[in-house]
Amino acid sequence: MPSPRYWREVPARYRLEGARCGGCGKVVFPSRPVCPECRSRVLQPLTLSRRGTVITSTVIHVAPDEFASEAPYAIAIIETPEGARLMAQVVDCDPAGIVPGVEVALEFRMIRREGHGGILCYGHKGVPVSPPAERA
Amino acid sequence: MRDVAIVGAGMTQFGELWTASLRSLFVEAALGALESARADHVDSIYVGNMSAGQFVGQEHLGPLMADALGMRGVPAVRVESACASGGHALRLGCMEVASGMADLVLVTGVEKMTDGVDVTNVLATASDQENEVYHGITFPGLYAMIARAHMQSRGTTEKDLHWVSVKNHRHGALNPKAQFRGEVSVEDVAASSMVAEPLRLLHCSPVSDGAAAVLLAPLARAKEFTDRPVRITGSGAATSAMALADRADPAFLDAVEKSAQRAYAMAGIQPKDIDVAEVHDCFAIAEICALEAMRLTEGCNPVQAARSGYTALGGKRPVNTSGGLKSKGHPVGASGVAQAIEIFEQLRGEAGERQVAGAHRGATQNMGGSGASSVVHIFERV
Amino acid sequence: MAGIVGYGAFIPRNRIRADEIARQWGKDPDTIRRGLLLREKSVPGRDEDTITISVAAGRAALERGNVDPQSVGALYIGSESHPYAVKPSGTVVIEALGIGPHVHVADFEFACKAGTEAMFVALGLVESGRVEHALAIGADTSQGAPGDALEFSASAGGAAFVFGRNHLVAECVDALSYTTDTPDFWRREGEFYPRHGGRFTGEPAYFKHVLSASRLILERTGLKPADFRFAVFHMPNGKFPLRVGRQLGFTRAQLDTGWIVPTMGNTYSGSSPTGLAAALDEAGPGELILITSFGSGAGSDAFVFRTTERLLEVRDRAPTVRSMLDGPHRYLTYGEYAKYREKIRMND
Repeated sequence: MPSPRYWREVPARYRLEGARCGGCGKVVFPSRPVCPECRSRVLQPLTLSRRGTVITSTVIHVAPDEFASEAPYAIAIIETPEGARLMAQVVDCDPAGIVPGVEVALEFRMIRREGHGGILCYGHKGVPVSPPAERA
Repeated sequence: MRDVAIVGAGMTQFGELWTASLRSLFVEAALGALESARADHVDSIYVGNMSAGQFVGQEHLGPLMADALGMRGVPAVRVESACASGGHALRLGCMEVASGMADLVLVTGVEKMTDGVDVTNVLATASDQENEVYHGITFPGLYAMIARAHMQSRGTTEKDLHWVSVKNHRHGALNPKAQFRGEVSVEDVAASSMVAEPLRLLHCSPVSDGAAAVLLAPLARAKEFTDRPVRITGSGAATSAMALADRADPAFLDAVEKSAQRAYAMAGIQPKDIDVAEVHDCFAIAEICALEAMRLTEGCNPVQAARSGYTALGGKRPVNTSGGLKSKGHPVGASGVAQAIEIFEQLRGEAGERQVAGAHRGATQNMGGSGASSVVHIFERV
Repeated sequence: MAGIVGYGAFIPRNRIRADEIARQWGKDPDTIRRGLLLREKSVPGRDEDTITISVAAGRAALERGNVDPQSVGALYIGSESHPYAVKPSGTVVIEALGIGPHVHVADFEFACKAGTEAMFVALGLVESGRVEHALAIGADTSQGAPGDALEFSASAGGAAFVFGRNHLVAECVDALSYTTDTPDFWRREGEFYPRHGGRFTGEPAYFKHVLSASRLILERTGLKPADFRFAVFHMPNGKFPLRVGRQLGFTRAQLDTGWIVPTMGNTYSGSSPTGLAAALDEAGPGELILITSFGSGAGSDAFVFRTTERLLEVRDRAPTVRSMLDGPHRYLTYGEYAKYREKIRMND
């Protein structure tokens, strides 16, 4: 993707910067100029926690070209403790285990490459948090 | 506002049409509609199309198609709402006739998908590019997430999905224009390859070329063109959050609900007054969600409507008698118009082996992206 | 006095066993394991690189040190596998960590000692008083040529250290460097895999520089091996660090905790830094740690650290190296490994 379009999204993609509506308290991610709930124009910066719960998910088998060598991969809608929802792959796990309710930590990963010579694009992916019984 | 009628229709075969180009598809369907109405001119043309720019590098379809039809000078514009482009073209054409700004309006939809471009990437542009597609989601992937959420909250099973495909193939087998005219069994669907869990290949509508066209006229003039016009009594459209993550219930298509409610209100009807419907089954789960949001299966859980025969030919309320997007094919921009043609033929008693006896009132529901846009029309036999 | 305020590490969760690689090339697994003292190594996912590893290790270091990212005045990343040939890894990492824009960023390279390079410079900048905190990271996703000895050891991972003057978890007693021009291992621009001089990488390269730097720092500080709790050396394989440690007079007990190569492999610029992190994970207060790196080309950086009481207070704020080595991980087949490491020629 052309660099400026990628570069503009860095605060959201690298630091999970969203916003909380000053009118109704709704949390949006990424930030936007107008609150989708109450149309207030007052949105205060809010950085999301790097963790969340899977709301729904799927495992992609037929992938777009850029992701072909990663298939099959799990991808999910994840809700953070602040109430924001975001789309992210879930990795370092058996994709079959990623179902609604799974707790994940959000880690910084490379999302895609623009071919052989283009820029590298980064963001966050979910990694399942091991259940307490499994922690060493 | 004047009453509007469909007075003619034409469509191409849907399928992988190697010898057909974007232009030739359009011309074939458009001429079919004009010839069926014995009309020799139109006042305005709408071209529903999602992605000619990405599929064949062609934008500015309005003048291109008017030119191809030998109608240079006629106002023409392309309408885009992803997979709801055709339905929105119909809505806008309808408004132009109803307002009195034009009498004869040609509403068309066309898509040429098989000229070698990566279809997955093109269709994904109907979703949120920065927040969904960026991360590697695909169009089937979004509906797969909807399916999984539906399974979790409403107990829908994979077998419920299989039955939607089975029913629609059974209908499509009776449709000479359908891309696939073979039936499939529940076992066939269950054994087909996985696309995005839980959606398999046979839960997904295919990649298709095709075009469809209808000619609209004020009801008061309809008899000049046909002795069996069909009135458009209601039109409703709505949008929803673009990103699936931003929908309160990812399993519920709220744009479908709103667009249907608006169309019912305009037509002054209840869903139970509908005899036959075409809904947007881009994926098997979409039909279930559409039935749910449109409240089209009273007395029957929409999840089991296909399995129980409620929505099959011969059932209480046949849905997707054309074969649906699944079996008839889904040339994206054309589908919304093709749905209208199926209902047009049903209400005229011209649906042949697919005929729903005594069909008086029909509905179409056409949807874009993962449900971010929806447009519903109600039709009535005159 | 300056020293380490916070530290962290990250090791990818994929692994491949030395046996699996040996089988691929028709080598005897037992001989490899015994000869190199390597059992398995970490493998980066296709979505992991020096930048992502640096972010993870950097986040942990900032958390352990309770350091405000805006107080970090310099960030240096040393690696042999910076994702771009031109465009720094450090600029992506500062944005991810919330550091800057009033920050000095530079990428370092010096084969396997680029990480300790970054540490050496970060320390100096803090000592000079020019910045309050400086973050130094050593991370790599190094490649080993198919069928080559290095394929058994080249792995992925890294560690990060925030240097400062206050709230230290470890004071830096001394630091020095020993450098000569020795062509033992190199990679020309545009080549995908590095090359090396076989046995020439041993005595005239690794051992000469590690021994020289280590002996020099012991002499300068007036310390003896018995004074130390831990000694950490660059780990190109299992044998070299044990042999050099023994030659310097350290016991096996002093070497074991930092000797993470048998299960992690050689993370090049991350190797001795991650070993240092492992040592800090276990050290008590007031204990001495020696770390001597080695980078081909060639040179060694040596540091002596003395831990503080504060180390025990902050240690639990981030995962330990051991927990990442022993924690959830997955073993790959050679085919999966080749796919992840892009050793397969694709059609694009």
